[in-house]
Amino acid sequence: MAKLKINGKVVDIEVDGATPLLWVLREQLGLTGTKYSCGIGACGACTVHINGEAVRSCMVPVATLNASQEVVTIEGLSVDNTHPVQRAWAELDVPQCGYCQPGMIMTAAALLKDNPNPSDADIDAKVTNICRCGTFNRVRRGIHLAADINRRGRS
Amino acid sequence: MNTEHINVSRRDFLIRSTALGAGFSLGLYLPWATGRTFAADGLAQASAAEVPEVNAWVVIEPDDTVIIRIARSEMGQGTLTGLAQLVAEELECDWSKITTEYPTPGQSLARDRIWGSFSTGGSQGIRSSHLYVRKGGAVARHMLIEAASNQWGVPMAECLAANSVITHVPSGTTTTYGKVAAAAAQLFPPEHVALKDPKDWKIIGQPVKRLDTLDKLNGKQVFGADLKLPGMLNAAIKACPVFGGTLRSFDEAKVRKLPGVRAVVRVEDYAVAVVAETWWQAKTALDALPITWDRGANVKVSSASIAQMLDEGLRSNDEVFVGNEQGDAKKAVLGAAKTVEATYAYPYQNHATMEPMNATARWTRERCEVWCPTQNGEAALEATAAAAGLPIAKCEVYKLHLGGGFGRRGAIHDFVTQAVAIAKQLPGIPIKLLWSREEDMTHGHYHPVTHCRLVGGLDDKGNLTGLHVRISGQSILASVKPSWWRGGVDTIAFQGFHADGDHAISYTVPNLLVEHAMRNPPVPPGFWRGVNINHNAIYMECFVDELAHAAGKDPLEFRRQLMADHPKSLAVLNAVAEKAGWGKPAADGVHRGLAVVKTFGSHVAACAEVSVDDQGKLTIHRIVAATDPGYAVNPQQIEAQVEGSFVYGLSALLYGECTVKDGAVEQQNFNDYPSMLINEMPKVEVIVMPSGGFWGGIGEPTIAVAAPAVLNAIFAATGKRIRRFPLKHVELRPV
Repeated sequence: MAKLKINGKVVDIEVDGATPLLWVLREQLGLTGTKYSCGIGACGACTVHINGEAVRSCMVPVATLNASQEVVTIEGLSVDNTHPVQRAWAELDVPQCGYCQPGMIMTAAALLKDNPNPSDADIDAKVTNICRCGTFNRVRRGIHLAADINRRGRS
Repeated sequence: MNTEHINVSRRDFLIRSTALGAGFSLGLYLPWATGRTFAADGLAQASAAEVPEVNAWVVIEPDDTVIIRIARSEMGQGTLTGLAQLVAEELECDWSKITTEYPTPGQSLARDRIWGSFSTGGSQGIRSSHLYVRKGGAVARHMLIEAASNQWGVPMAECLAANSVITHVPSGTTTTYGKVAAAAAQLFPPEHVALKDPKDWKIIGQPVKRLDTLDKLNGKQVFGADLKLPGMLNAAIKACPVFGGTLRSFDEAKVRKLPGVRAVVRVEDYAVAVVAETWWQAKTALDALPITWDRGANVKVSSASIAQMLDEGLRSNDEVFVGNEQGDAKKAVLGAAKTVEATYAYPYQNHATMEPMNATARWTRERCEVWCPTQNGEAALEATAAAAGLPIAKCEVYKLHLGGGFGRRGAIHDFVTQAVAIAKQLPGIPIKLLWSREEDMTHGHYHPVTHCRLVGGLDDKGNLTGLHVRISGQSILASVKPSWWRGGVDTIAFQGFHADGDHAISYTVPNLLVEHAMRNPPVPPGFWRGVNINHNAIYMECFVDELAHAAGKDPLEFRRQLMADHPKSLAVLNAVAEKAGWGKPAADGVHRGLAVVKTFGSHVAACAEVSVDDQGKLTIHRIVAATDPGYAVNPQQIEAQVEGSFVYGLSALLYGECTVKDGAVEQQNFNDYPSMLINEMPKVEVIVMPSGGFWGGIGEPTIAVAAPAVLNAIFAATGKRIRRFPLKHVELRPV
């Protein structure tokens, strides 16, 4: 039994405590936007936010979480694709196959929260997600554009 | 409305589909199983509004929504949008009202393959179907205009269509496609329609946004791995790690009582699967399952034994096929003033799609259905029927978006065969089979392994007089597509070396001999984005660079001298050289390298800029790439494909290697089979230079020039010729 707070809602889940958060999201909660790809924390496709930090959910046993931690998945990032990262991604047509993109977007959103104006070096350091289609240059432009959108929103 | 014009072909279709029997109870309106009605809950349903199609390619709803049917598969390459642009161009519809849906392969077969090939590989999506999909749009436009002119009682010639609005020009009366679509659907299609002159295109050639982006930003896009059906169970699988090995036994009792486990089943003769309520439970139980394998005859196969086999092929006269022969290359080389010789080797590589292999199957004695990401719905249907033991008419495949394809999900549907084999043991229950990353890494259909020896002859002026290329290694076709295998010769082994056609050599070599010594190790090969051009372009383009240096000539000038009869290839080469600043000084420590090929019908070239520091650290700063695909349907997506192809190609160059030990692939996951990350990504400058008159591919061609351009730049930077890959093994530090 686990009590979690996912996208603002507290949920009780009947599940073995060793189950990774990724699989609880996908199989118990039906939040399939968070993707399985490697299962060893190497690729970033399963990235979610836990208390605002980008975390690879395949490496988090659900027993280590409780309802005081805010888990946000791609489904909870915004209503209607309005997060600046989603707006930038739409503007630049970033995704190709799209499978890694929820993780990429969650990683980018966490980066921008900590660092509203990241340099290319900051992006290189923080975005370590694998994309086999090769969207990296648009991801980079997307992060800079999202930073711009944020700035315009504030001014 | 002229009610006499009943569409005979549709009536024929009804008669034929009735004759097909119980499996096909298709009415006038086909139950569409994808797009709008499918993605929402993963269930095949009849379309919400049962709107008759105007023709096979076009459905228009009363609110003017235009549904364009796409037979090829979207896997990131943008073909969904590109093909929709082709139909929309001729349809003259409002681009903002377009949506798309996949017809199913079963529906296509029932209609005499009305949608043509479903195969999405070989960069074929657009270039092999542009004519009939544009015609599909033009025919629909004609029928819509005819329906309006009938309603108005005016000559068709007085009516024009634009942006989904039909206007009777003399009176100014207008109507919309949505209002006349039902009437248009009852008309005969015209026998002849004229297609637009390319100079009049308004949508083709425009950098329109992709149609599939928004759902990829919020988790709504349903990939195969995300599918959920009512009552569905999940399966995890392990196949014998040794290629050709079989399953001897497993101790079911050890896991049967673990949480959620519902069944432990044998899958064909080589694998075992655990079926559980959730996939995590299935995988946990499978990891705990004691399994005994019969490792079979290949247990002693290793990378070293394979290398030995291929080296033998470099010297042997057995099983050697000629792919291109001009003049007498051996004689020319013997008589040359200067001879250059080099031997290269290219390793096995895994496709490593981000979404591991998966398929969902439901089997009963009467019917078998499969939901899966596939590059070829018809091949998936064939695999389904074979595994189900049912006639093809009693089977159906519903295509889902692919989390990457790269050739892995096209010709071979082992994952479908397995899913059906499991579902057959649990009749009526939908079973979703998902491979673990480890299963995916160790049971690929790998980029084939080859070695290559090249010998070139130069005269005393440094001109190339003869070239002998001997490739030794694996034939993909021998294993995957024996039906394409002409007289024992694997013609695609010679990609980039052909005398003419889509993969023609870009040079005129007076005496040329290109041979393939076919050596097929027991590791399954497959089509891997770019296929054989990946290694062939490295061999040829790096060796041309070697020849240029041996001749004391500038690599650009040396190439140009051989390209007088290849003006389109020369044009892309010149374009990258000019934009990159070839011949002008680069930034301090930065060095350049070139490559040019014709492949998949397109002419492509690249100029790479790299530096290698004192510690041997390689930085790829910039790649300028040019593509002449004849016609460019969507330039911004071409740019995305070129950039993406470099990530795939450079990941292969830097890290891509599957080694074999005791008959099995050693690499298990992304920790030991890495892929390049954003911090290694060069700046890419894309030149799209469509010269018209032909249709070339986009998804694959530029992958071929990434590696050789970088390797030639590394030589310029370090003086080191690298002929063994990947680069992770190579010491680049200056000595």
